[in-house]
Amino acid sequence: MDFALSDDQIAMQASAKRVLERCAPLEAVRKAAARDRGPVNAAAGELAALGVREMLVATDLGGLGLGLLDAAIVQEQCGAAAAPADIIAPSMAVEGLMAAGSRDQQAAWLARVVSGEVRLACAVAERAGARDDAGVRSSASGLSGASVFVLGAADATHVMVADQDGRVHIVAAEGPGVGLRALPAIDEVRVFSRIDLDNARSEALVGENSPGRGVDRMVTVGRLLLAADTLGAAQTMLDRAVAYAQERKQFGRVIGSFQAVKHMCAEMAAELEPCRSLVWHAAHALDEGADEAEVMACLAKAHLAEVGTFIARTATEVHGGMGFTDLLGLHFWFKRIGANRQLLGGPERVRHDAARLQGWV
Amino acid sequence: MDLRLSARHAAFRDHVLAVLDSNRDKAPTSEHRGLKHPRRLAWQRLLIENGIAARTVPEAYGGFGAPPDILEARIIAEAFASTGLPRPLANQGISMLVPTLLELGTEEQKQTLVRPTLHGEMVWCQGYSEPGSGSDLASLATRAHIDGDDYVINGQKIWTSTAREADMIFCLVRTEADAPKHKGISYLLFSMATPGIEIRPLVDMTGAANFNEVFFTDVRVPRRQIMGAPGEGWAVANATLKHERGMLGDPSATKARFMRLVALMRRETVDGMALMHNPLLRDRLLALQARVFAMQANGLRVTTRQLRNEPAGMPELVVKLQGCELNHEIARLAIDALGELGLLYGDHPQLRDAGEWQQMYMYDLGLIIGGGTAQIQKNIISERGLGLPREPRASGG
Repeated sequence: MDFALSDDQIAMQASAKRVLERCAPLEAVRKAAARDRGPVNAAAGELAALGVREMLVATDLGGLGLGLLDAAIVQEQCGAAAAPADIIAPSMAVEGLMAAGSRDQQAAWLARVVSGEVRLACAVAERAGARDDAGVRSSASGLSGASVFVLGAADATHVMVADQDGRVHIVAAEGPGVGLRALPAIDEVRVFSRIDLDNARSEALVGENSPGRGVDRMVTVGRLLLAADTLGAAQTMLDRAVAYAQERKQFGRVIGSFQAVKHMCAEMAAELEPCRSLVWHAAHALDEGADEAEVMACLAKAHLAEVGTFIARTATEVHGGMGFTDLLGLHFWFKRIGANRQLLGGPERVRHDAARLQGWV
Repeated sequence: MDLRLSARHAAFRDHVLAVLDSNRDKAPTSEHRGLKHPRRLAWQRLLIENGIAARTVPEAYGGFGAPPDILEARIIAEAFASTGLPRPLANQGISMLVPTLLELGTEEQKQTLVRPTLHGEMVWCQGYSEPGSGSDLASLATRAHIDGDDYVINGQKIWTSTAREADMIFCLVRTEADAPKHKGISYLLFSMATPGIEIRPLVDMTGAANFNEVFFTDVRVPRRQIMGAPGEGWAVANATLKHERGMLGDPSATKARFMRLVALMRRETVDGMALMHNPLLRDRLLALQARVFAMQANGLRVTTRQLRNEPAGMPELVVKLQGCELNHEIARLAIDALGELGLLYGDHPQLRDAGEWQQMYMYDLGLIIGGGTAQIQKNIISERGLGLPREPRASGG
């Protein structure tokens, strides 16, 4: 038994951390929030150079054949840097193609994903809670309707869209009848979009699995990686709070020597440390196809949402008034954690899904 | 990452489960009252003979004599959690004193004390805390002066569990009154039948006296009944406390408790509806399940770090705080789920699960406070784990 990262995984973690620190410092995060595409493309390019495009693709399809634990490790570093690029949508797309596509579709699309010719966004939010004014229907004339909080659409060539029956389709981002618009959102560093479809031509994924399996896999993978992102973001907030508490002086002492402040930091660390093991365990369980894997992914998502929210608030508070300002930029992490909490289902919804998976509903 | 057991460890797990399963009818139950009930002692002996209890204690001292193996210890803990059979004795003598004796005791002490302790024939209590010395244990004031070949002890201890049942006590006393507070303490081992010892049960919120006060008046203890050198008792005590922290917060026990709560919520109905179908209670249950999974995974990480001989870090430091809190939260949800029935206490036909939730809800608050309070744990996490400044030390450092 060995519950730890492998040497390769530790090396990849270090590489991801290094390149993101280089290409996504706070100034780049600020520019991305102001809709400057320069830093976004730089970060995406650095991640691609790490091999994230081919990471999850099977070796016989030209990929590296790595697993979701590897993806979670990289995504954690994206969260830690509040990076303007990430691997959530690309990972969901690869896993969705594998679960919903035919053998030919997998080979054709994944080859183009690995080469970088195709970049896939994911429009599956309605699977985790559909609003009255969103939803996609499929008919002989094409896809119609709308999906909100599309992930990864900013530089996508194609969008994987789930229809109301759980079938997954691929549409060209700039095809006729397809409209993609960025949504005005609190977290401005990443782009969340709305897609409007009006009899758009699409390719339906026609693998052997029953409809719903593909989109459910996409949601599960997305939830896992959102949890990993929050893990990294919360760790950064905690680290910064501890560093600030060791610097900032009041009453002639560093504030980190006051028990009130020490205990805030200790509570954050005590809540966050087991989360790292939880995310690893859930990712590993999904890679192994373990019985409880989906339940664990849901619970990791829900728990990181709760712990992340607690840390986002508490770490800001440790910084006193400065935490509230734009100067320190802590709010980018605060907003990221808040966005991760709601995307693909808030904690109550995700816990309900976990209960359903266990036959408790 | 590989969570599979090696062939050797899988075989060991099968062995443990087979022994437990084939001896199920010999296990003591709540009917077999008393720490030294023959049935309890026989069960302990059976577990030791099969290498399930006292596994790594040398045979010469009454153990099974296997080399230490973290994973085997984990497999054993999980086997008891999954079968629900009574665990090996894990009192303060076995879990805290024996490892300390093996590390720091004299050969004579090891020869005479370890075997009967392991077999449950010699019961110990711990004389550490005092009314004026709780979190600041090193300020303890019970004193012992030398008179001929004896120490003569005067003072008072508190929070002494099993003092009335105990044959022996391991006790911290101040032997050098003028030394700095951490330097003047000695660690004595003596019989609870020694003249001059008075025990007063301390009734707690559960209604039972789980703890006692122990008073010493001119209690004479031979000078050779000391562990470590005179004045070095603080180091010995720290060796013991290290073992206590390992006792609290076993994630497999937490998971077993959680599964009992799941069973309760599926079985118990209100207005004809299972509690599990109350969405508010179920949401709280799932929130706890996430924490149970997290602590289990954290436990896997701790085990792996121990297997690799890596120094204890944050994953270890948070176990007592988070584990005890989680246990208490599970009991709290059970009480809320039971509603008014959670108020019943004592024999009644409508009492559920023999009242264990009521008992745990109260007793576990004691565990959050004992063994290093939650606040002391937070000091430790922030100082050793995060590198924040240490609390000021009043005197003697």
